[in-house]
Amino acid sequence: MPLTDSLRNDILAAVPSLRAFAISLSGNADRADDLVQETLLRALANIDSFQPGSNLPAWLFTILRNLFRSDYRKRRREVEDAEGNYAKTLKTQPSQNAHLEFEEFRTALDKLPQDQREALILVGASGFSYEDAASICGCAVGTIKSRVNRARSKLAALLYVDGAEDFGPDETVRAVIGGSGG
Amino acid sequence: MKDLKSQASRSTTPGKGGLTPEIQSRIGHQLRAMYDDVVRQGVPDRFAELIKKLDAPGATPHVENEGGSNDNNGRD
Repeated sequence: MPLTDSLRNDILAAVPSLRAFAISLSGNADRADDLVQETLLRALANIDSFQPGSNLPAWLFTILRNLFRSDYRKRRREVEDAEGNYAKTLKTQPSQNAHLEFEEFRTALDKLPQDQREALILVGASGFSYEDAASICGCAVGTIKSRVNRARSKLAALLYVDGAEDFGPDETVRAVIGGSGG
Repeated sequence: MKDLKSQASRSTTPGKGGLTPEIQSRIGHQLRAMYDDVVRQGVPDRFAELIKKLDAPGATPHVENEGGSNDNNGRD
């Protein structure tokens, strides 16, 4: 459909959650905004393929998610950037304790496999239905459900239960938790 | 990607610290707090402008690097 005023406004209205999704996925504010920008350009260039009346946010999230995945394949995530950089994007700096808790959560989220992280964010934070999340990720609804469940269990193990060392820490994780598995 | 997957299945330890409703809601709360912090920032100017520019008939997307972010070294 053509780029009408109302469609333009709808796209604009989706930008804040697109950014939140991009930052949650990439853990890097600068890269997230590049992703959003590329998403918007792609969306506008392909606006003719958008079906009027269908779910615009889901369409935009699909574009962003696919961009992120193809980018990811090219270069691994820059883990060392994930923590400090993200906190800087916050307008309201949380108090020290809340901040620590926040960093812990962010770090744990970054340890999830990408499939699980994106499923959890789409369902648990973006508020998409399992069906929409499945269509965004191009997989079955049951797959999304199981990814979300595994993501939750893993986060719980990392954050609230001692001895999550069987998670299989990579070098960065090992440095963060200051010990090795086993 | 493959290594992530095998890691995922290996690390699923059923029963360990089972997911109580309390822990579930705590995770949900933190997840949304993190997400909504960004959502509340609204639409940064660069995106508002980008979409506005495309308003004019015949306009072509003009990608620009606003703000001259100084930590872009080595990107692309």
